[in-house]
Amino acid sequence: MTELHSRTGVWHTLTSPLVHQNPVILQILGICSALAVTTSMATALTMSAALTVVLTLAAGLVSIIRGHIPETIRLIVQIVIVASLVIVIDQILQAFFAELSRALSVYVGLITTNCLVLGRTEAFARHNPPLPAMIDAFGNGLGYSLVLIVIGSLRELLGRGELLGFAVLPLADAGGWFTPLSLMLLAPSAFFLLGLLVWAVRTILIEQSEPEEHAPPPRQEVTR
Amino acid sequence: MSDLWQLFLLSAFVDNMPLTLFLGLCTFLALSKKLEAAIGLGVAMIGVMGLTVPLNHLIYTALLAPGAWSWAGLPDLDMSYLALIAFIGVIAAVVQVLEMLLDRYAPAIHAAFGVFLPLLTVQCAILAGSLFMVERHYSLAQSAVFGLGSGTGFAVAVAMLAAIRTRLAYADLPAGLRGLGMAFVLTGLMSLGFSAFAQMAAAQ
Repeated sequence: MTELHSRTGVWHTLTSPLVHQNPVILQILGICSALAVTTSMATALTMSAALTVVLTLAAGLVSIIRGHIPETIRLIVQIVIVASLVIVIDQILQAFFAELSRALSVYVGLITTNCLVLGRTEAFARHNPPLPAMIDAFGNGLGYSLVLIVIGSLRELLGRGELLGFAVLPLADAGGWFTPLSLMLLAPSAFFLLGLLVWAVRTILIEQSEPEEHAPPPRQEVTR
Repeated sequence: MSDLWQLFLLSAFVDNMPLTLFLGLCTFLALSKKLEAAIGLGVAMIGVMGLTVPLNHLIYTALLAPGAWSWAGLPDLDMSYLALIAFIGVIAAVVQVLEMLLDRYAPAIHAAFGVFLPLLTVQCAILAGSLFMVERHYSLAQSAVFGLGSGTGFAVAVAMLAAIRTRLAYADLPAGLRGLGMAFVLTGLMSLGFSAFAQMAAAQ
């Protein structure tokens, strides 16, 4: 394998989960946390970083011991690996970013059962050597982060007129023109935004749309 | 008694797991295409959550909470950081035992729910139930009611979404919105409806 070839292979593994194989939009993995933490950019970024770190390390570890895990108990082994990594991340967040940790509530702990982590270790890391497994995991982490950042920035911008805590749109209360949409900070808006995002992506990449469940019956030709 | 009933209603409708707290959405969306599958998942959720939350409460207070080992002369021992591993272990074990028991004594029920039971090990809503129980300092009775209530809320929501989606199978949607996109918009509308319960609870 030439250097160029392997480099494009790595590049492909890294970038295809960003849009074409996006874990949230196409694979329906890791949606729970993607929606719950996107009321502001700061929590969305923290969650993205935490998940990407856990995912990459877990994929590497599972891949290293992949020859030694018995088939029957592999799920338990993988969950224990992921849970241990999550505990470490949670303790670090509590120690150094106490305020963010409180804002994220139980959702950091829930990375353990995030289907994205288990999905990637189960589908990819279990059959591949450590380096490609970690690259694949990192790419998927970035794809997840991309969705979180898009939704998080929209919700914070429209809900509070801020980005990362800095005022961007002048608020009507403070003499500006922008009236914050408080719906954006509530649960339903996250569903709507993600639904619209899925719609937008699938309109551009039409091959991702799902087949019709019921085709309408062919129209009868009127004969006289 | 009325306090517990209120907690049940609160956890089932106001703090609905998938619709207001975004928990368990992966299975919520993946298994809501058919009404029968959705009802099976809902019943399994009620059973597993009603069992694991009180079980985890017992384990947490007896072994892991700060000061739980003071009877052994270790009042400063705080093992609450191990809660995550303990909880996920209990959930995996309960799901496994439940599956084996059903297989042995009620094969008809097992055949109906069999596919969904193993999936529940990695259901975020179930783990979240145990984590909320710790965060909100529930007692044993409260945690049992909370588990049952959250499971019921999940079952109601998933059955409703499945009913709507079966109807919408005949609708002529834009290609990009078909399937997942529409499911999200529907969930958003249901979530909007369920936020009315939060208003009712706040008004009391």
